[in-house]
Amino acid sequence: MSITDIILRTLAEHGRLAADRSLIDDHTDLYQAGLTSHASVNVMLALEGLFDIEFPDRMLRRGVFRSVSSIRQAIEELTAGAASPPQLTGELK
Amino acid sequence: MTEMSEVCAALGQYCASTAMVFAMHQIQVACIVRHGLGSQMFRDYCAELVERQMLLASATSEVGVGGDTRSSICAVEVADGIFTLNKDATTVSYGANADDLLVTCRRSVDAARSDQVVVLARRGQYRLDQTTNWDTLGMRGTCSPGYRLSSSGPAAQILPGSFADASSHTMVPYSHILWSSLWLGIATDAVTRAARFVRAEARSKPGTTPPTALRLAEVSNDLHTMRAMVRDMAREFTDAQSPNEDAEALLGMGFALKMNNLKIASSTLLVKIVHQALLLCGILGYKNDSPFSLCRHLRDAYSAPLMIGNDRIFAKNASMLLVHKDD
Ligand SMILES: Cc1cc2nc3c(=O)[nH]c(=O)nc-3n(C[C@H](O)[C@H](O)[C@H](O)COP(=O)(O)OP(=O)(O)OC[C@H]3O[C@@H](n4cnc5c(N)ncnc54)[C@H](O)[C@@H]3O)c2cc1C
Repeated sequence: MSITDIILRTLAEHGRLAADRSLIDDHTDLYQAGLTSHASVNVMLALEGLFDIEFPDRMLRRGVFRSVSSIRQAIEELTAGAASPPQLTGELK
Repeated sequence: MTEMSEVCAALGQYCASTAMVFAMHQIQVACIVRHGLGSQMFRDYCAELVERQMLLASATSEVGVGGDTRSSICAVEVADGIFTLNKDATTVSYGANADDLLVTCRRSVDAARSDQVVVLARRGQYRLDQTTNWDTLGMRGTCSPGYRLSSSGPAAQILPGSFADASSHTMVPYSHILWSSLWLGIATDAVTRAARFVRAEARSKPGTTPPTALRLAEVSNDLHTMRAMVRDMAREFTDAQSPNEDAEALLGMGFALKMNNLKIASSTLLVKIVHQALLLCGILGYKNDSPFSLCRHLRDAYSAPLMIGNDRIFAKNASMLLVHKDD
């Protein structure tokens, strides 16, 4: 499963988006799609668990969680340098 | 910010309601100045604001939403360049006396509750029908009853961008710092009265330290803590504005946590300080007509923890701390 798919599934599970899931693409503004700051925390937590990463303080900004593409960039940055590409270490429901 | 904070603290020593009106107006102006100047309409508006010295009020709280400023039920509708906006506002300070209003609402009728914008409604473009009274324990001078607002005007009066950014960049830090500053003013005057009381006691029996002096030392310790917090945050906010600082820092979670903590701590300390000062002055603090009266301080102080309920803010912090690393 690609990082993008994992992000989309995490958003579906924890993002509590008002917009239809099928309408979310790479650049959809997630906040306009109904992502609240509370829900974004749950998305971050789930992604931290799934990829065994920690978003540092500098990434805990609205801009970073604004779209699927910006979230993917953050995850790629945090997993860069690892021997293998980002792996799912947690379990997806 | 440091200067405005000093003004609020100074006004708060005499009349907390006046200080609150001043603070709220400044918060609204800051939202426009910091987020609206990309638009010609708002640039012209700012010039007019200064020239005509207009007073700006705020309608964020809404029936069904309460103090959760980051969600709205009402929505702005735009057709042919004209906006229409109706809101059932629970509390609008000096609403009846304001020139213009800044109103939060959903971006459109099909937008999510958290997808908000701010709309400027100018005098003549809105109608306020009073729905509730303002018969309160304290902060009476703010004259903050509920109103049903109906408004319509040029769509250019919708503040560019989203309220989410204006909120974390401006409205939250300005509110929490300026409110805390005026609360510091209330606390300062309460301690001044308590100190005067203790000194009068000491003068009547030179050579002995009155037992209340210990209490004074205690309450003045809390006042110093409160003052240090307020000044520290006002300075930190000012520093974050300097060009070599990362403006994005204001949008970060660390900064939001600090601002929230300032609000919770200063509103809690205020109630504690006024309470201690009252115990110290005794019945003369309890009387309305004594020079040591703390009745009004006490009544005003109790609004602070409720004005955006501290539990609500604690809940937000609790959620952020699950991912925020303070290291
Ligand atoms: C002097 C004064 C002037 C004001 N002026 C204005 C103004 O000009 N414009 C304006 O828009 N508003 C104004 N307000 C209103 C203010 O901004 C808040 O909306 C209001 O104080 C909160 O009202 P509430 O307690 O009814 O609502 P709520 O915020 O709904 O809170 C009710 C209770 O529930 C608790 N609670 C709510 N959510 C949670 C949660 N998630 N977790 C835990 N506890 C929770 C709160 O702590 C509180 O105890 C003013 C208030 C005051 C005191």
